[in-house]
Amino acid sequence: MATAPAPFSLSASTVPARLRAAAVPAGTRGRQPRRGRMVVRAKIREIFMPALSSTMTEGKIVSWAASEGDRVNKGDAVVVVESDKADMDVETFHDGIVAAVLVPAGESAPVGAPIALLAESEEEVPLALAKAKELSNGQPQQAAAPAPAEDALATPPPPPTPAAAPAPVSAGTKGIASPQAKKLAKQHRVDLAKVTGTGPYGRITPEDVEAAAGIQPKPKPAAASPAVAAPSAAAVPQAAVLPPVPGATVVPFTTMQAAVSKNMVESLAVPAFRVGYPIVTDKLDELYEKVKPKGVTMTVLLAKAAAMALAQHPVVNASCRDGKSFTYNSNINIAVAVAIDGGLITPVLQDADKLDIYLLSQNWKDLVKKARAKQLQPNEYSSGTFTLSNLGMFGVDRFDAILPPGQGAIMAVGASKPTVVADKDGFFSVKSKMLVNVTADHRIVYGADLAAFLQTFAKIIEGPESLTL
Amino acid sequence: MSLSAPSAAAAAAVASGAASSRPNAIRPAAGLRFCGLRREALGLRSSPQAVAARRSVAAAATAGNGAAGSGGFDYDLVIIGAGVGGHGAALHAVEKGLKTAIIEGDVVGGTCVNRGCVPSKALLAVSGRMRELQDEHHMKSLGLQVSLPGYDRQAVADHANNLASKIRSNLTNSMKALGVDILTGIGTIVGKQKVRYGKVGFPDNEITARNIIIATGSIPFVPKGIEIDGKTVFTSDHALKLESVPDWIAIVGSGYIGLEFSDVYTALGSEVTFVEALDQLMPGFDPEIGKLAQRILINPRKIDYHTGVFASKITPAKDGKPVLIELIDAKTKEHKETLEVDAALIATGRAPFTKGLGLENINVVTQRGFVPVDDRMQVMDADGNVVPNLYCIGDANGKLMLAHAASAQGISVVEQISGRDNILNHLSIPAACFTHPEISMVGLTEPQAREKADKEGFEVSVVKTSFKANTKALAENEGDGLAKMIYRPDTGEILGVHILGLHAADLIHEASNAIALGTRVQDIKFAVHAHPTLSEVLDELFKAAKVKAAGVSHSVNEPVAA
Repeated sequence: MATAPAPFSLSASTVPARLRAAAVPAGTRGRQPRRGRMVVRAKIREIFMPALSSTMTEGKIVSWAASEGDRVNKGDAVVVVESDKADMDVETFHDGIVAAVLVPAGESAPVGAPIALLAESEEEVPLALAKAKELSNGQPQQAAAPAPAEDALATPPPPPTPAAAPAPVSAGTKGIASPQAKKLAKQHRVDLAKVTGTGPYGRITPEDVEAAAGIQPKPKPAAASPAVAAPSAAAVPQAAVLPPVPGATVVPFTTMQAAVSKNMVESLAVPAFRVGYPIVTDKLDELYEKVKPKGVTMTVLLAKAAAMALAQHPVVNASCRDGKSFTYNSNINIAVAVAIDGGLITPVLQDADKLDIYLLSQNWKDLVKKARAKQLQPNEYSSGTFTLSNLGMFGVDRFDAILPPGQGAIMAVGASKPTVVADKDGFFSVKSKMLVNVTADHRIVYGADLAAFLQTFAKIIEGPESLTL
Repeated sequence: MSLSAPSAAAAAAVASGAASSRPNAIRPAAGLRFCGLRREALGLRSSPQAVAARRSVAAAATAGNGAAGSGGFDYDLVIIGAGVGGHGAALHAVEKGLKTAIIEGDVVGGTCVNRGCVPSKALLAVSGRMRELQDEHHMKSLGLQVSLPGYDRQAVADHANNLASKIRSNLTNSMKALGVDILTGIGTIVGKQKVRYGKVGFPDNEITARNIIIATGSIPFVPKGIEIDGKTVFTSDHALKLESVPDWIAIVGSGYIGLEFSDVYTALGSEVTFVEALDQLMPGFDPEIGKLAQRILINPRKIDYHTGVFASKITPAKDGKPVLIELIDAKTKEHKETLEVDAALIATGRAPFTKGLGLENINVVTQRGFVPVDDRMQVMDADGNVVPNLYCIGDANGKLMLAHAASAQGISVVEQISGRDNILNHLSIPAACFTHPEISMVGLTEPQAREKADKEGFEVSVVKTSFKANTKALAENEGDGLAKMIYRPDTGEILGVHILGLHAADLIHEASNAIALGTRVQDIKFAVHAHPTLSEVLDELFKAAKVKAAGVSHSVNEPVAA
């Protein structure tokens, strides 16, 4: 029952990142011609599938009490949702007009997915309808369009993939999946047609689906350790509760913010240390100018460079799950911290070492779009093996990132700034230099490991030709 | 007998229920209640002496088996089949002073004890604990820490088998101690009041009996097209031996048996696919209970299902191929899908075991294998006439295929042949499904009650309560569940009670006894329940019910003593 990860629970890391830079211009552009637009957007509210119980992962719409065009008041029951436990009336938190029903009665949606749009006034209804169209167009695209790329990308780990794949899938058995595998596939939106079965008679097992969804198999032997971990984890947040401040406004965390908070507190249990490294970026900047027209972003270049360096230093791509062993990941998946409205999420560039920068850029664009629409699937934000956080665009010269749970290291990238440097012959010159700072779990990554990794990373950045290969 | 029936212990409980008609005599006529009896029975009751005289049965009940059969018969009563039904009848017959013999060709205890309710309860006891231990969330909320619960399949299987042998020897000993003659062999009726028994094909011994009860029970029903190999395609008979725990098992039929096995298999780690011919799972249950059961017992578990389909062909695993199940649409008969699974359990119901009984010798024709009987379990011949001195109880007559129903029918028959007319009220017989949590029911379902109300022109009310409102259930952290009562607001008569929740099977008896004794809601609501107990779930129901004519207990429908 408790296997399903709560949405966003794995999104970690503290830092707002590149997306904000990308998002703000988009907003400004919209504002200049028509001033009202930004305000209007805020007045169209999404009604989300609520979590009616701690174990609910998706809900089925039993019936809509309100239909499109109905005016509803705060507190009105608008929809009846069937969860794993019961049918419940769901109330709206806002007054408005039900502009569009996105999930009709009888269909299911995962917790947190928009199920209807609420417009504040008549005028906003057409806008809401347009948005609904956009959303519904977005979904099939998300499911179907990136398919060829995803084959390699979103179906990351199952190691026996290439060898076993052709026969069972095409041989008319049509990928027979066990009951639990089907349930998990639905829950995590995994396309069973793309999963290779490793069970008896080539059957798709629950483990296959979890692997395809990027869920780490539950560390079963670790069952004993929560006993130790639980009290300490519980003790920390309790200690952090301070007496209320009179006159202050209290805004409760959103689900995403609560997940970030939880992850941050959990990180205190990990003995982390930091190593910084200065890197000259002139050649990287040159390369960036060249590939920029092809849609390649700096984020992708940095992610690719990190992935290539990780390939040579697998321990930095490893993680420590039980305090007793190294878990070496078979894939290099770079999570990139992205600030989104009122929160933070880490879309994952899967197999960043294997894919070229153009493909990665394409994937990155899709991920950012989904992140903004809050449509990332768990495997798209929780499967990272290493995190990259970049605040350079804000002019930050150096900073320190907090290690997300389940990863061995995180890289914090500062701005590249013209700096006077002296070369070995004593000649001075001005070069662009950036500082990167890596935080790592000292249980598995030692100082020398990190130093060696950073050296490799610096070499790649300073001689970036290999990035385009 | 259905797997859901409780063990032989129930026989005793039912016995006291059915026999409790006597206290009525001391109640004022106007308030007469028909404890498990239908009104029609009364006409005959008016002259018990005559009946007793005709049957010349020793009225003075003696301890132990009756002396030599009177009137030239070897026995007063011969029962064919020593299952729970036959056993219950035999015990009651001895109590009534009848010289009794029981014929059994297989093992004492029948299906229930050896291949049904009893061993399945052993497996379910294991599955219930496994399920609880594996539920991290549940354990954590109780503050318990459990690491890696596991099980030893053979030890689990042994527990089931040991339980069956123990109950079997209890049953045998209880009959021996009372002096019931246990005759070994297959019994065949060769003529009026005459039975032959012996090994198959050698019915060497012939005995005469004043009365004969057929209690031969049933065997698993296997639809045609299904090939049973006992290893990968099997019935409950094999499944209870738990020779393997397949990764993925299809269960054909989602009634009590299928549902209980799905509970066992999923707790032990299997994934389950139900194949149900009707349009919904658990078709026999009250719809509301069925819906909730689906939410609690099916949806969160590793179970999926196909409804509205027949398994037209099932081939056991062989030649490196898995078990193949061909599904056809139940209506159009078109091929829909072929399932590939590791094992298939056939739980499509049970067929009466009435072959070789020699019914043709007395002009009785079975209907789909069932022996036709009237309300008093008297066997009817081909012309629709009662065959004197011949009765049939239990699964063999198909009235209500539950172990305790068979036993109750047997006791009712013994009452009749010892001079007290008796008709068993089947609507007062509870039924239970021992999943986790359990499901139990007695009387009518809500749709049945509403249909009856429409026909007969009375009103129906329903009250419900959740286990979440029960202190004891919450203390156990088992708040999932619902109890509902269907009753008549005009008279306070309880029409049906349905429970899904912790220990539902044990809770139903307060309701079934109330129905059997004719206790009205307005009366039972004043009965006190210990606090905090699960029994307060029913207390809630009784107290929530609104009876219009409270205090005035006479109405048009109130039976009046003759």
